[in-house]
Formats: sequence, structure tokens, C-alpha cells
Amino acid sequence: MIYRGAEAEILLSEFMNIKVVQKKRIPKKYRIKEIDTLLISYRTKEEARLMTEARTHGVAVPIIYDIDLENGVITMEYLDGKRIKDIIEDVDEKERKKICRMIGESIAKLHNNDIIHGDITTSNMILKNSRIHFIDFGLGCKDGEIEAKGVDLHVLMEAFNSTHARYPKCFNYVLDGYKKEFKGDVKLVVKKIEDIVRRGRYRR
Amino acid sequence: MICLGIEGTAHTIGIGLVEDINGRCHILSNVIKIYKPKHGGGIHPREAANHHATYVADLIKESIKKADIEYADIDLVAFSKGPGLGPCLRTAATAARALSLSLNKPIMGVNHCVAHLEIGRGTIEKCRDPVLLYVSGANTQVIAFAEGKYRVFGETLDIGIGNCLDKFGRYIGLDFPCGPKIEKLAEKGKQYLELPYSIKGMDIAFSGLLTAAEQYVKHGKKIEDICYSIQETTFAALTEVTERAMAHTEKDEVLLGGGVACNKRLREMVKTMAQERDAHFFVPSHDLCVDNGAMIAWLGLLMYKSGIRMNVENSHIDQRFRTDRVDVSWRD
Repeated sequence: MIYRGAEAEILLSEFMNIKVVQKKRIPKKYRIKEIDTLLISYRTKEEARLMTEARTHGVAVPIIYDIDLENGVITMEYLDGKRIKDIIEDVDEKERKKICRMIGESIAKLHNNDIIHGDITTSNMILKNSRIHFIDFGLGCKDGEIEAKGVDLHVLMEAFNSTHARYPKCFNYVLDGYKKEFKGDVKLVVKKIEDIVRRGRYRR
Repeated sequence: MICLGIEGTAHTIGIGLVEDINGRCHILSNVIKIYKPKHGGGIHPREAANHHATYVADLIKESIKKADIEYADIDLVAFSKGPGLGPCLRTAATAARALSLSLNKPIMGVNHCVAHLEIGRGTIEKCRDPVLLYVSGANTQVIAFAEGKYRVFGETLDIGIGNCLDKFGRYIGLDFPCGPKIEKLAEKGKQYLELPYSIKGMDIAFSGLLTAAEQYVKHGKKIEDICYSIQETTFAALTEVTERAMAHTEKDEVLLGGGVACNKRLREMVKTMAQERDAHFFVPSHDLCVDNGAMIAWLGLLMYKSGIRMNVENSHIDQRFRTDRVDVSWRD
């Protein structure tokens, strides 16, 4: 096991003689069987589907080798790269700007095809061969509404605010990249993010 | 040092007297009185404020008597500055200002949400750096300390969990507070009815579920089964976002707070989650879980001791006082 997240274990394994990663969703004892089974199989299926689709639209994601719905396991490519969370504070401002813009461009490519990641945080992006790879589409979905796109970006904004509070410009760089690539009306998305911020409890 | 705290953010007016003994919170007395809305309605802010104004003076006397101290023993007066309902906040703040001026003792306005977390740290021995799942009528937040502030890692995008339960309860004709009644009904539920499970990142939403649950009522499903399904679904989602925040912040303590934290099923679920990831589970005693004056007093005391000062002139209330706007100078 190389990582234990809140809902899944990430295991290192071999598949047809190649080094692979297996994402196994862990059954949770705290919730009843009905909800547990439903969530695990639904999320496994949805995640694999979204990853495949993201790849066809030019967004870097791990290649999927196998899917086991019953046990909630996705077998995928092992990415030998670095988590954005671990490097974003260590690089210089110029590099940080470049990385954030790339993140924004990739998110726009997802959104152009109505793919909502659902949990865009700096722990869910890996830098490898100068490309941003997105992992963990576990909370993703397909949604063409501006609302969903706004929420998707808002999650990242909150992640920057809480985890990388010392670098407040990051999210603006992301938006720059997003604006460059997004095919719809960016103003509507930006306005939606502002709406969502205000909607949170006790915002002004 | 002894501090008197006045809580008045919503339905509860509460007075607490606490003493700091070697950095631990020692509760001398903690009395509350709860406003109950009319049948079929929610909290009416002005009526709640009238209720608080009626009882606050007697509660102060009662708290002094129970603590067996003199007014002169009070070193500091704290009150709930926000977030909450304006009229209620103003009533509590007015009482605090009057007391502060007449006793000639300093005043301190505190953040209600942060108070829920600090009372856990102050009264539970091993609780040092928890992720707080704060669940009440108005508030549903996952809060943890990071980089000098209590930051909100996840929260409701629409209504609080308590409000969701109350709204459903009112729909089926229950009286406020509906949570405990729904809990009783849920115990008799057996069949799980599928409900929307809405998590966005670490945030959560309940209004879709509420509508779906009301549809089940219309279609004649058993109330017990619906209550069971609401609890199982919403609590599973709450537990999940809490676990996500724990994984994200790499903390191994979880603390429950707020009125809904009294629910046994929610406690059981969060406790199981904590056990599964080798984390510690904490929940304050019932009287410290619900809105109360002792937690306000304790946070006021911590703030005062860390050098923060306030005077009557700038003791404003703040209805929209966000958890992450508080500069936390009393801990590293």
C-alpha cells in the first residue's frame, strides 16, 4: 500500500509484468450495506468512465488496465511524478504561475466536454513529464451546467485557500489558464464562483 | 481567573461560569433556557430575543448561586458575538455590556463555532488538535486548525443538518426540535429507501435529499423507514466529509459538537470511522455539546489570556461572523 485516502487504498502491484497502481475502495463499517455497496460500485464505474473520456479529450490521466466493479478496484498506470501539493510551495513564482496555468487549461478541457472532476485539490494532481495528470475522479460526474463547473473550480479555490494560504495568487493563475482554453462564456463561470462563495454560510 | 459567558445565537440563552485551572477548563455552573417555536413553525428571531430578554437576568443569578461565588469573583464577561440571529445576539450582547459596566470588568465577544471546538479541547483530557464536525440547526461545518486559523474544510452548501431534520419533521407534523423525535422513529425503520447522497469535494448539500424524502411521504412510504433512510444517508455523508478532512489535514483526532451531535447513531458512525483509521474520537458531555454559556466563557477566557482586549464601545455583534476570520492567538 502506498497511500491510504479517506475512501480508498492505493496499492502498488503488477499487471502483465508492468508496474501498476490499484485503487481499491474500502467498504466502510460506519454506513449500512445498502449505501456502501451502492456508493462503491457506482463510484468505481463512474470514475473509470470519466477517466477514459478525459483522456480522449487530451487531459492527462493514468491509463486504465482493468476494472473490477464487485470489489471496487481500478487497475491503472503507475505515475512516477510529484504531487502538486508537495511541490507548489517549493518552486519559484514563475514556475508556480506556469503550473497553475496548466492546471487551469486542463480543467477547461474537462469542462469543455462537461466532465466535472468533483474533487480538484492539489493532492489530486501529479506533475510528470511537464504535464499535469489528474487522478481521483471518484466524486466526478457529467454535467453541462455552469453551476457544476463553478462548484468544481470553487473546490480548488478552497483547497488553495486552506492548504496553500501563503500563495494567494495561485487560483488567479489557474483562472488565467482556464480562460485561455474554455470554449463557453468564462464570465458566467467566474460569476458563478463568486455566487457560490457568497452562498456559503455567513459570507458577505 | 473566572469568566462568565453569555450564549445567545439562536434558540438558547445560556449562562456559564468557568475557571481556568492550570490551563484546563473547570466548569463552575452552566445553565440554559431554550425558546420553543409555535407548533409548525421555525425560530422567530424577535420572539426568541424576547424570550432571552425575559430570562437572562434570572439565569445570571442562578448561575452565580449554583457556582457558589460572588459577583465580585468574576474577572471577565464573554458573550457570543456571532454567527447567529441578530435580535438574539443583540440581547445577549446587551446583557454582557450591562454586566461588564456594572461590575467594572472587561468584556469579550467570541465566535460561537470556535467556542464549540475549544470547549472540547478545554474539557477533554486527550483532545488536543481535533477535526471538529460541528452539526447544529444552522451550522454544519468541518473545522480544523491550520496555519494560525480555524479553517473550514467542508460545510453545507445549502441548509444545516439540524435545519434539514427540523424541516422534514415539521413536514410530517413533529414539534421543534425534531431531531430527537426523528431519531426515535428511525430506530424502528428497517427498509432503506434510496436518497440523494450529495458530496462536492469536502462540501455537502441536503436540500435535494429533503425534497426526495418529502416525496416518499407523499407516496405513502412508512415514516419510520424514511426517517431511518434520512439518518443513514445524511450521517454517512457527514462522516465521509469528516474523514476526508482528517485524511487531508493528516490529523488523528475527531471531535463532535453542536446539538445534532447528541444523536446516538451519528456518534456511533463517527466513532466507527475513527476506529477504522486508528484515530481518537471525542464528544463533550451533553450540556457542553448543545449551545451553552460555558463554552462562550471558556473561549473568552482563552482570548483574554492571550492578550486580546475589547471594550464596550467596540463590542459589536456580527451575524455573519465566519469561523475562519478569527485570528487564533491562543494556540500554536
